Amino acid sequence: MSFLGYRRANGQVGTRNYVGVLATVACANEVALGIANQVRGTMAFTHQQGCCQTPPDLERVTRTLSGLGCNPNLAAVILVSLGCEGTDVEAVAEAIKATGKPVEILPIQQSGGLANTLAKGTLIAQKLVMDASRIEREPCDDSDLVVGLKCGSSDTTSGLAPNPALGLAVERLTEAGGTAVMGEVTEFIGAEHILAAQAKDEATGRRILDLVERMENRAKAVGVDMRGGQPTPGNIKGGLTTIEEKSLGAIAKAGRAVVQDVYEYGERPRVKGLVVMDSPGREPELLTGMAAAGCNVIVFTTGRGAPQGFPFVPVLKVTGNRNTWETLVDHMDLSVHEVVDGSESMPAAAARLYDAILGVAGGVTTKAEVSGYFKAMDIYVTGPVI
Amino acid sequence: MIRNAIIIDAGDNIATVLRDVAAGGDVVAGLGDETVVLAAVEPIPFGHKVAVRAIAKDEEILKYGAVIGAATQDIAQGMHVHVQNVVSLRGRGDLEAGEK
Repeated sequence: MSFLGYRRANGQVGTRNYVGVLATVACANEVALGIANQVRGTMAFTHQQGCCQTPPDLERVTRTLSGLGCNPNLAAVILVSLGCEGTDVEAVAEAIKATGKPVEILPIQQSGGLANTLAKGTLIAQKLVMDASRIEREPCDDSDLVVGLKCGSSDTTSGLAPNPALGLAVERLTEAGGTAVMGEVTEFIGAEHILAAQAKDEATGRRILDLVERMENRAKAVGVDMRGGQPTPGNIKGGLTTIEEKSLGAIAKAGRAVVQDVYEYGERPRVKGLVVMDSPGREPELLTGMAAAGCNVIVFTTGRGAPQGFPFVPVLKVTGNRNTWETLVDHMDLSVHEVVDGSESMPAAAARLYDAILGVAGGVTTKAEVSGYFKAMDIYVTGPVI
Repeated sequence: MIRNAIIIDAGDNIATVLRDVAAGGDVVAGLGDETVVLAAVEPIPFGHKVAVRAIAKDEEILKYGAVIGAATQDIAQGMHVHVQNVVSLRGRGDLEAGEK
């Protein structure tokens, strides 16, 4: 046994036990938030999508909401719908139901508007939370972990200490039968050849290269140098000069683990081990994608200090910048800056990080959870709003 | 001498400084067990890069033993290597727009 978790009907393990209140379209956000504000033990997921978008985007929204609802950190789900959106709400409900957890759909237009839907939803949420409170944590193993890998507000310390330390932790996790999900395809640009060489076979490596090409073409289609967008102004102040440099530091998060498969945004991995998921680098979309992929813990390395968490998946913040650790006390969970100073070895830092992951999986709260710093969330779209 | 910089790969032509280095100050860079010492010709802020040897215009900038961009001008040893003298070679929609 390595941690205590919530084992669900389908065998997946939650590290948290919330009732999710998911808006299926931007127009339902108010009601989802209203219900979540009324009932302790719930978490709302809101976003700006779900209507007047191209079919590929609507399909991605439907897939992402399904994935979020299926995330094992949710014991039950309420889908707050407007009633006329583009999201396939029935398909979302069916996908979640298949995991064995309770799902309720609340359509605002058919429930008599804000006040009536809020009242109805609040009573349903109260019952679901009380039912969920009966579920107890049980012994789980490293192989039950699905860990999302993220770096943000990076500076050059990111590539020197926290990312390589996370890489070592990922090697240990995947050797123990666990799963790690690597996203942020923009931040493979310039380092994709290294990651592709870590793929289990040539075809998988080719799919990594294809994802990167697709992402780079999206950026290039705008007709400008993407510097300023990637790397960001903050990255540049922190000493990162080009996307290639940022990427070489970013892919260190994978360590030397073998890439077993490649997935679309928000898709749950069907294999164990290290996998790559299509996604941009920006936090609201990336963290949502990780949660939709079924991650039960996310490790987020940062140089300058990124504060964002996610409503129902704990996000562990790790920095390698001493100044950030000393000044951003209510955002950083762990520091490995002594690796940069030379006073701690990389394996020792990686071991501390691994212990922290298991601790968070077992219920230790992260700074983002304590502070409620997880309101910026959205679903990744690639087409226009129409 | 106490190291204040790191060269990640033996092939790299830049070092990353781990403390602010003043103009004229020593950059004492570790490369595994070796130590490379040079003078900074301008201030190098914490986390930024300094040229460990002269780099010619258009030459590749190497970090982690990999290409991170190209020099837009001749860069002398000890100079600050950053956006003022390095361009990215990737995601350059501006170059493709120019070709059309």
